[in-house]
Amino acid sequence: MWLAMVIPVFGQAAWNNPYPASDDGQNILYSAFAERPKKLDPARSYSSNEYIFIANIYEPPFQYHYLKRPYTLTPLTAVAVPKPVYYDKRDRQLPEDAASSDIAYSVYTIRIRDDIQYQPHPSFARNEAGDWRYHRLSPAEIASLHNLEPLTQTATRTLRAADYVYQIKRLADSRLHSPIFSLMSEYIIGLKELAKSISDARKQTAKDAYLDLNAFELAGAKVLDDVTYQIRIHGKYPQFLYWMAMPFFAPMPFEADRFFSQPGLFEQNITLDWYAVGTGPYMLTVNDPNRKMVLQRNPNFHREVYPDEGEAGDAGRGLLVDAGKELPFIDKVIFSLEKEGIPYWNKFLQGYYDRSGISAESFDQAVRFTATGDTDLTADMKDNGIRLQTSVAASSLYFGFNMLDPVVGGHSERARKLRQAISITIDFEEQISIFRNGRGIVAQGPIPPGIFGFKEGKAGMNPVVYDWREDGPVRKSIAVARQLLSEAGYKNGINPKTGKPLLLYFESTGTGPEDKARLDWMRKQFDKLNIQLVIRATDYNRFQDKMRTGHAQMFTWGWNADYPDPENFMFLLYGPNKKVGNNGENAANYDNPEFNRLFEQMKDMDNSPERQRIIDRMVAIVRHDAPWAWGYHPKQFSLEHSWLYNSKPNLMANNTLKYYRLDANLRTSKREQWNRPVLWPVIVALFLLAAIAVPAISLYRRHELQVRG
Amino acid sequence: MIAYIIRRFFYAIPILIGVNVITFALFFVLNSPDDMARAQLGVKRVTNEAIASWKADYGYDQPLLINTQAKGLAKLTNTIFYNKSIRLFVFDFGRSDAGRDIGYDISQRMWPSLAIALPIFIIGILINITFAMLLAFFRGTYLDVWGVVLCVVMMSISGLFYIIGGQFLLSKFLHLVPISGYDDGLNAIKFLILPVIVGIIGGIGSGTRLYRTLYLEEIHRDYVRTARAKGLSEFRVLFGHVLKNAMIPILTGVVVVIPLLFIGSLVMESFFGIPGLGSYTIDAINAQDFAVVRAMVFLGSVLYIVGLMLTDISYTLVDPRVRLS
Repeated sequence: MWLAMVIPVFGQAAWNNPYPASDDGQNILYSAFAERPKKLDPARSYSSNEYIFIANIYEPPFQYHYLKRPYTLTPLTAVAVPKPVYYDKRDRQLPEDAASSDIAYSVYTIRIRDDIQYQPHPSFARNEAGDWRYHRLSPAEIASLHNLEPLTQTATRTLRAADYVYQIKRLADSRLHSPIFSLMSEYIIGLKELAKSISDARKQTAKDAYLDLNAFELAGAKVLDDVTYQIRIHGKYPQFLYWMAMPFFAPMPFEADRFFSQPGLFEQNITLDWYAVGTGPYMLTVNDPNRKMVLQRNPNFHREVYPDEGEAGDAGRGLLVDAGKELPFIDKVIFSLEKEGIPYWNKFLQGYYDRSGISAESFDQAVRFTATGDTDLTADMKDNGIRLQTSVAASSLYFGFNMLDPVVGGHSERARKLRQAISITIDFEEQISIFRNGRGIVAQGPIPPGIFGFKEGKAGMNPVVYDWREDGPVRKSIAVARQLLSEAGYKNGINPKTGKPLLLYFESTGTGPEDKARLDWMRKQFDKLNIQLVIRATDYNRFQDKMRTGHAQMFTWGWNADYPDPENFMFLLYGPNKKVGNNGENAANYDNPEFNRLFEQMKDMDNSPERQRIIDRMVAIVRHDAPWAWGYHPKQFSLEHSWLYNSKPNLMANNTLKYYRLDANLRTSKREQWNRPVLWPVIVALFLLAAIAVPAISLYRRHELQVRG
Repeated sequence: MIAYIIRRFFYAIPILIGVNVITFALFFVLNSPDDMARAQLGVKRVTNEAIASWKADYGYDQPLLINTQAKGLAKLTNTIFYNKSIRLFVFDFGRSDAGRDIGYDISQRMWPSLAIALPIFIIGILINITFAMLLAFFRGTYLDVWGVVLCVVMMSISGLFYIIGGQFLLSKFLHLVPISGYDDGLNAIKFLILPVIVGIIGGIGSGTRLYRTLYLEEIHRDYVRTARAKGLSEFRVLFGHVLKNAMIPILTGVVVVIPLLFIGSLVMESFFGIPGLGSYTIDAINAQDFAVVRAMVFLGSVLYIVGLMLTDISYTLVDPRVRLS
């Protein structure tokens, strides 16, 4: 009877299936997110957990080629990736190869396709009279709205160049707190002035009133015609094209901004941060970040086809099978909130998620190391047809020295040798092996693999820390580190001022028991030099305070690339970008005039042998000065089921959902095979309960008989 | 009784002010308005101007407790504490620092919390009372001894173990229920089975042991002997007389938590992916969202006070000798 009651509730062959039976066999990709997205407005969002959604909804003019490496920009809504045209101070056009110092302005003219429509949305809907249907909602209508579902009439319109310019103007609206406003105002002509104009105008209007940004002039962004717009920036800034491949530069129809600016909608939680309006392959149909987010195929999506070329080996891996076919392949993508790793991992193994990362707890279950040190899947994973994808992230996790610190900082010979000695001593190979299950490669400098300027092999080795042997770089011995320490004035690690072992301080935000092993390991590294390491465990807020005020001595920090250019890593060591005083991203507060000069020279250059030569020199300088002990570049491991196709790690692109294809029938059959209910233990448990109950009932009856005499 | 309730209502006001002050002080000892701005603006490329602008927009650009620049009453009212706290007393929770209407979010998220907490609460109490009665009935026998041992073992095990063990056994090994997740309406049932079972089993040890002790205190009293002498069955003695008289201490522990069922369980909701108020609070703490933390602490305090009042009232219902004055 119990089974008879339960089976209709579940209604599926696999009782533990978290999805409705009606979804079985559907062309749906299942994924998860661990952290709820806070901002979906493309002017505000700057976080990877938000980009996984909005990058598939909003379309900037350019995108990264899905398969090609090194990462290459291709048109998305644009007709072509434009070449900038350079002008001098007198507005005279300069040749393409003009020196950066001569270039006063760069002009990008972007022509977009004329066949692109927005997703269906109520903000475009019009009534019989031709007026916008929902742009003047009454207070009563607004009070009854908690989502957009009651606004049943939707419409679309063609993408215009003006929508891109509108979005650029939105970056200057201080009410939106766009994270790139400060940077962009240094480049886009007139953006700073526009911010002031908007701010002044807002003071004249009601707090929530709509401000038509089309009425404001922006000297650096002009609409030339319906499908062409022009951006004018100060100087030469080749990385600007990469920025234009990010959602910050996606189009925003003014109708949407106007619709969401209606007084009262903000109070009803109906904002652009919650409801996206894009031209991309998917549209957000369910936004419940406490439970799930659903992306549904955009019925108005323009024609885009799967790429027909990639890097060597892609064809062999089956990544070109779908070349030329229309995108996207998948109808719906359901992201479920999974805060904990254990349920996420188990659901992946049960077939309820199509892809998964590998946490430290499940690493041994999924991956083994071969005799040659390579990684491979375990037999269980292979039996289930699971595939492993690995890639080195365009990120650096480093151990930093505060260059303003009187002991480890500064450019004196003493401090430099001390830093070099510590750089040799901290065995990052061991750290990667113990604490990251081998998921990382030791950094030889600031630039990670895959970014222009990175060098493989002996040419890319850091000679301060490594020696080259036949089979690769080998960390210098502790004897070398001790020698350097001695030359720094700390013979055997003794501080001559105190006569005791040198005392150094390491700031750590890890304060839990799980961090203890890592911190103990760090202490042991310094023990090798007889240096006493004091761990200053602190919360993240205090840690940031110390970093801003320069009170941290040594620390670990990291950086994820915004775009595939060495400038995005080298600027982490650029003097004017110091954290102390300038609130920049140079956490070590490193400031070397020669490095700064070379950076200024390199940052505006196109990739060329000359740029490589300058980068080599810069890398040599920082290796010698050692403001960082270079740490490592994390290696990402991800797993996917046999029914998912066309998956290739792309560390720059976030709009990759459109390329995936899946075999939903294979998934359904595998799920049923892997999740057949096991009932015998339940039956045994019921029998056991009955077996316990029988003597208890008998005892009760005996007791009652005794009492009644 | 009405006068008693009104008096308790006025007593609650200074308590709630005190709770607010303590929450405020604890929060701002650990998080400055600048930290909060950074948490909302992101970790990359955050400028001082952006931080100042965020603070101004969200009302965190004022002094915390006392505005020395202001005059008169404005010294107190032109402060973050006053502006962020005073509306709570009319249950206007305002907006979260991420911009969402907190009152609406609470109204949406309390139902999933309740969907787990209510069955655990009701079924758990019934099971605990029954098990405790059985142990009291079989007192002194091997069933009682091993029952108590089992209770001690069960209450010694971490709640996390029950959660992970339940997920492993019922979902991963037996494939009977989804391991985590949630859905609307009746579709939620299959997601609730596992957390409810885990919640009930996790509470059996302590609940049964407590109630058994209460029953044993009652079971030797004269009225029980009289009932037996009248020839009543042991079942009727226990459930008809002992249970009724043991209700006062049981109510003390039970009624007070009824309002708190809305607040949800922090760990349980996180592990089972239940979008309730427990996970709402945890998310707010992690995101340094003071507005939500303050609202949830205030709500928890109000519900606790309501729970205590309900407990007092319930005494009068189960024991006619008790009068509220």
